Amino acid sequence: MLGRSITRNSILLAIFAACTTALIAGTHLLTKDDIAAQKRLAEEKALLQVVPRSRHDNSMLDDTIAVGPQDVGLDLREDKQIYVAREDGEVVAVIIPAVAPDGYTGDIELIVGVNRDGTIAGVRALAQRETPGLGDKVDLKKSDWMLSFNGRSLKNPTLSGWAVKKDKGVFDQFTGATITPRAVVASILRVLQFAETNRETLFDIGDTQTDSTGDDA
Amino acid sequence: MAEVSYKDLSLNGLWKNNPAIVQLLGLCPLLAVTGSVVNALGLGLATTMVLIISNTSVSLIRNLVSDAVRLPTFVMIIAAAVTCIELLMQAFTYELFQILGIFLPLITTNCVILGRADGFAARNSIGPSFYDGLIMGLGFACVLAVLGALRELSGTGAVFANMDLLFGPSAANWKIVMYADYQPFLLAILPPGAFIFTGLIIAVKNLIDDRIKKRQDAVKTSPVKGAKRVRVTGAVS
Repeated sequence: MLGRSITRNSILLAIFAACTTALIAGTHLLTKDDIAAQKRLAEEKALLQVVPRSRHDNSMLDDTIAVGPQDVGLDLREDKQIYVAREDGEVVAVIIPAVAPDGYTGDIELIVGVNRDGTIAGVRALAQRETPGLGDKVDLKKSDWMLSFNGRSLKNPTLSGWAVKKDKGVFDQFTGATITPRAVVASILRVLQFAETNRETLFDIGDTQTDSTGDDA
Repeated sequence: MAEVSYKDLSLNGLWKNNPAIVQLLGLCPLLAVTGSVVNALGLGLATTMVLIISNTSVSLIRNLVSDAVRLPTFVMIIAAAVTCIELLMQAFTYELFQILGIFLPLITTNCVILGRADGFAARNSIGPSFYDGLIMGLGFACVLAVLGALRELSGTGAVFANMDLLFGPSAANWKIVMYADYQPFLLAILPPGAFIFTGLIIAVKNLIDDRIKKRQDAVKTSPVKGAKRVRVTGAVS
């Protein structure tokens, strides 16, 4: 009697498990391509904000250089990619991922676009958990503070100027929040130094690997 | 169970037995995602969809499963429904999916859903169960949306920002700025704000209920208009 009910119930459960699994598998198959496309779109959207379509003609998502935790200055927690923007085969800018590990509430994930001439093309925060209303001004939706880095480089300002105003630098801090901007400014400086050190690899300068030399005027 | 009237079901789900402010179920997402209308509505609608699917399917199989395996089966159905909704949201409202993050899979553990599956759908036929899921979901979504609107308005001075995440590009300009030069009121957006505003909403609901009750009592004790008043002396019942 008991045995029979156990058998019956197990079979029933198994059938339901199979049905629900089939349902999920079906939905997964139906939405798989859409999801992949959406993910790519979201990634590319952030990249295109930094280096707009008008400045390059390649697919940045497919033109990458692998970086990881071992790269000094980027403070990455995992393997990521540097995205390369080319026009006529010549690298015009690279988009470097970095982590500011000393935010007010943990890591701030950034991407920093660096132009061929060493100036900043743009900076965006991809993920942050800073205090809403105070530190979250690193999000471009909340404040255009991030735009204040555009055009800056290691020479503009000089090294001592790469700090928030409170620390005698040139960059604004936010009202009520110094730790977040301090972390971001320091991280961007490290990225610029990284780009300077690895300039030859990043921008294909004097490297024979270059498949096409930008020879048109 | 006796015949269920759709009117009672509606009244129950939306007001008298509202899952969010009367049963106080599913408070975790309620408090966590109601920082803005679009987030609140997104989660509310997702929960409604799951409720409808789970209620309907539970009602369909209610005579098939024995009591012993009832709960595991229901949970399996709910989890499957949630996973499907999650995949669909990922495909069609990707940014909203990213914002809601962990709270989407957590719909599985929202007690409203298992509560309605076990408490209602397991004992009723498919029509009422479907309707109960819809109404309970809407009741939940409404509270979420109201809470989101209150918090967004008092927190940022505007409502309906970023509605395009949910309703497509045409909704991008739905944002209504109430106070142009508004100093953000941080508390409203942080979790304590959710508790405070939920409390206020429950208080207002209780106030309205009290008013209604008083009026009904008053109607009961005073002679009904148009009623025959044959006796004016003696005990009036």
